[in-house]
Amino acid sequence: MAWQQPMDGSHASGSKVAAADGPGTQRTQYPYVTGTSVIALKYKDGVIMACDTGASYGSTLRYKSVERIKAVGKHSLIGASGEFSDFQEILRYLDELTLSDHMWDDGNSLGPKEVHSYLTRVMYNRRNKFDPLWNSLILGGVKKGPKGEEKYLGMVNMIGTHFEENHIATGFGNHLAIPILRAEWREDMTFEEAVKLVEKCLLVLLYRDRSSINKFQIAKITTEGATIYPPYSLKTNWGFAAFENPSKGAVGSW
Amino acid sequence: MAGAMDLPAKGGFSFDLCRRNAMLAEKGLKMPGFRKTGTTIVGLVFQDGVVLGADTRATEGPIVADKNCEKIHYMAPNIYCCGAGTAADTEAVTDMVSSQLQLHRYATGRESRVVTALTLLKSHLFSYQGHVSAALVLGGVDVTGPHLHTVYPHGSTDTLPFATMGSGSLAAMSVFESKYKEGLTREEGIQLVSDAICAGIFNDLGSGSNVDVCVITKGKTEYLRNHQLPNPRTYASSKGYSFTKGQTEVLSTKITQLKPKVEIAEGDAMEE
Repeated sequence: MAWQQPMDGSHASGSKVAAADGPGTQRTQYPYVTGTSVIALKYKDGVIMACDTGASYGSTLRYKSVERIKAVGKHSLIGASGEFSDFQEILRYLDELTLSDHMWDDGNSLGPKEVHSYLTRVMYNRRNKFDPLWNSLILGGVKKGPKGEEKYLGMVNMIGTHFEENHIATGFGNHLAIPILRAEWREDMTFEEAVKLVEKCLLVLLYRDRSSINKFQIAKITTEGATIYPPYSLKTNWGFAAFENPSKGAVGSW
Repeated sequence: MAGAMDLPAKGGFSFDLCRRNAMLAEKGLKMPGFRKTGTTIVGLVFQDGVVLGADTRATEGPIVADKNCEKIHYMAPNIYCCGAGTAADTEAVTDMVSSQLQLHRYATGRESRVVTALTLLKSHLFSYQGHVSAALVLGGVDVTGPHLHTVYPHGSTDTLPFATMGSGSLAAMSVFESKYKEGLTREEGIQLVSDAICAGIFNDLGSGSNVDVCVITKGKTEYLRNHQLPNPRTYASSKGYSFTKGQTEVLSTKITQLKPKVEIAEGDAMEE
């Protein structure tokens, strides 16, 4: 791990940039403790989100029971990959946001679209100050709107790119899970079907992403609220004939 | 004096020009780029043999250089090889090993074995230390059974029940990992390979156009060129266009006879 020069003093909340960057200061960051992919998709009753519970420190699997999906307010779920400490900071910002919204005491609560918009501004502004929050965030939720229950699923990443979709993945999930989701996602899947599809993607990620571990959490958000299920493992299959004896009939190869 | 310069090169990469190239690059010479195949290639073993698949797009940076190239190369009547990486390298190395296999068949009087092709490929690639940028999926059926291998540019190989290579390999691998099982039938194998290549075609920018499939079983090989064409030209009108005579109004006609303008000279046939 390369130990960078500590950033200059005004990194506490990132928003105070009174001191301009002098010629000797650096604001580049490297991620240290990172979470891998998060995947999410809309289904009949709301949004389902899933990820593993591991956080790596470079190539070491440092933490194995980390919750990378959290509820936000009454209507949303946030999932994050990337630097875990930046995610914890984002959760603090969201706490402040939901608290001050609650203190208005006006019967309104922040919906997923508003939270996503807030996060996009935070991420983009930090990027413009060359002091990014090193995360890819997925924001999903359901809120009653003028046209009835509106499901929302969007993502925003460390450079501020943001968009909405029916199914989203971060990190390696983009390469391994999105092809499956694009082929097999349908409108109005039941919860069971959605879980099966999510597990299909999580299994591929487990096999092919080196930083993934076999301990997953699924979370859902519906009009009834957020539910984060306890962690569990998936069954893997290694019993292929070619794995058992790769050089059978090909003596001298491997 | 007699010495080092007279000995013939023993093979492998000659590093003689590297210092000169580095110096030229430093002085600002831009080296010519490589044409890469930015590819999705796959292979799987099914109950009777192997199925290989490939997309058909060859890219030169951001441009599609060839919309319908052939990435499944012939090695022997019972062995085929998909190639990803630099197009010239995959062509040349598979051609070379194919010729070597033919000579070997003449010498031994037997059908070629997949491990022979594998060993020839890997020892060639290793001796060039990764500079021959060819990543291959080699599959075939010989007297010892069906075999599927991957070969990497530095010369390492794997023996696998299913394999993917190229820029679209992750998209294709996600399909294989979720749907592959042992003992697939021929139809299931072809369908799975096509699905995997389509995942690469639609989700990877370096892959596109059509799906080529090659099915190798004991005693029979079927090369299904353009097995699927999921990217046809679409016309604005769904019925297509017809250009029958009489649809366009003819305003005027001028016919110029060419015969009087052309001098026909009698000449001798070319010698030799």
